Amino acid sequence: MATGTTMLDDFLVRALVAGVGVALVAGPLGCFVVWRRMAYVGDTMAHASLLGIALGLILGLDLGIGVLAVTVTVALLLAALQGQRLVGSDTLLGILAHGALSIGLVAVAFMETVRLDLMAYLFGDILAVSARDLLWIWGGSAMVLAGLAAVWRPLLAATVDPDLARAERASPPWVQVVFALLIAGTIAIAMKIVGVLLITALLIIPAAAARRSARSPEGMAAAAAGVGVVAVLGGLALSIGVDTPSGPSIVVAALVLFVGSLAIPARG
Amino acid sequence: MAVSTHPPIQSKGRLLLEADGLAVRLGGRDILHHVDLTVRRGEIVTVIGPNGGGKTTLLRAVLGLVAPSAGRAGVADGVTVGYVPQRFPVDRILPMTVERLMRLTARPSRAAIERSLDETGTAHLIDASIHTLSGGEMQRVLLARALVREPDLLVLDEPVQAVDYAGEAALYELIAAIRDRHGCGVLMVSHDLHVVMAATDRVLCVNGHVCCTGTPHEVSGNTEFRRLFGPQAEVFALYHHHHDHDHDLSGEPLPDGEQAHHHHHHGDGHHHA
Repeated sequence: MATGTTMLDDFLVRALVAGVGVALVAGPLGCFVVWRRMAYVGDTMAHASLLGIALGLILGLDLGIGVLAVTVTVALLLAALQGQRLVGSDTLLGILAHGALSIGLVAVAFMETVRLDLMAYLFGDILAVSARDLLWIWGGSAMVLAGLAAVWRPLLAATVDPDLARAERASPPWVQVVFALLIAGTIAIAMKIVGVLLITALLIIPAAAARRSARSPEGMAAAAAGVGVVAVLGGLALSIGVDTPSGPSIVVAALVLFVGSLAIPARG
Repeated sequence: MAVSTHPPIQSKGRLLLEADGLAVRLGGRDILHHVDLTVRRGEIVTVIGPNGGGKTTLLRAVLGLVAPSAGRAGVADGVTVGYVPQRFPVDRILPMTVERLMRLTARPSRAAIERSLDETGTAHLIDASIHTLSGGEMQRVLLARALVREPDLLVLDEPVQAVDYAGEAALYELIAAIRDRHGCGVLMVSHDLHVVMAATDRVLCVNGHVCCTGTPHEVSGNTEFRRLFGPQAEVFALYHHHHDHDHDLSGEPLPDGEQAHHHHHHGDGHHHA
């Protein structure tokens, strides 16, 4: 019994620490995704990350590295293609997202020798987080948060009014690229928690839930991180309590918080 | 005219902005060609012209927001720009108070923010959410936001669009007063002929090319200007005729012919070099 209790404590604690680490970075970054109406961009990178998993398996790399390589490539591709006028940006995102997802699925199917639990990547498995994963998540989260803090002012200026930010030399163009890379990094670290299909939810739902209680951009970012942490706690409790899949449970908890936030009177 | 024989006092000021042989081509269409423009310290230059004539494109080119297809355009090195955009559509999902907006591209103290807001008569809005402001309030807050940067050059794109007619004259008066107080250069775009002319040192009428330029008085006599604006130009000429003298703040008319010299006494009355 004693060893059983220790084990339970251990994987629960690891899950909790991992989830909090991801929530702390997904909330503030997600605010920018919401402010800039970029939910679909996050989705695109997340879908494409399955190709990263396939590449990682084929090349024998760490899967996290494979995912990071693909999300970063998609981020840079999107930044480079921003000015093109051949197809609308929603069409371009759709092509990239579903193209990369399909290539990933086809590539995985070719690998007969690899037994891949696709569900774990699509929906994540926070309860299977290892000590090494924790290092990856917290190291990555700290880097993304530091990067976000570094570009916060110019990125916010460009988000409020891109022309004004450029006219007043307040936001160099590379800030946008840095932002795309931060999303790519977040997706790579959050994949294990909620899976590629639900990462965007972790970015946008806590941010949306934080809107009503906030009066400043910084306040909304802090509140979004808080909402994310509570969603992780609630989702984990749900998952343990009634044996539901952990990733979707966290998103359901975030959704409940969002609906609850609608009862708060708007503060401006 | 007595006015035009005097070289404008502002021509001695530091050069803030210049366009030289500027041409802009967008989507295969020539929007602007052969445009020359300078704005110096202490000078108010207004770009007017018909819709689609390239006024806003000219502004965007000198601010570096569109690339010239020929010639060059830009703000001089080391010049701080304060920009007041035509529209400022901030999504409600982004919470923002007036105070935070004032810190968007500058790091002013709370006292400096209060001072700038006070200058545009919006000090009482400092803690308001920007989503609750009316069009006219927003315009004044945006002007204060540009001012808090202590700009060398103030650039305004159609500053009176969201303002009613009575507010229009007041806003142009405010812009002139700000120029007098801060000694900055002002470049603005307007489609409006009447009120803007009274508060302008130099007018640039743009319709693809520079169709005419000079003091408001000179421009109003130009044939192409009259052809472009038709009856509106007549009304303007009339307006300007009646206001061929400047007023100081107490409303006393200044003698005709002293206009260019006395422009800088407008406001608090101290001299600018």
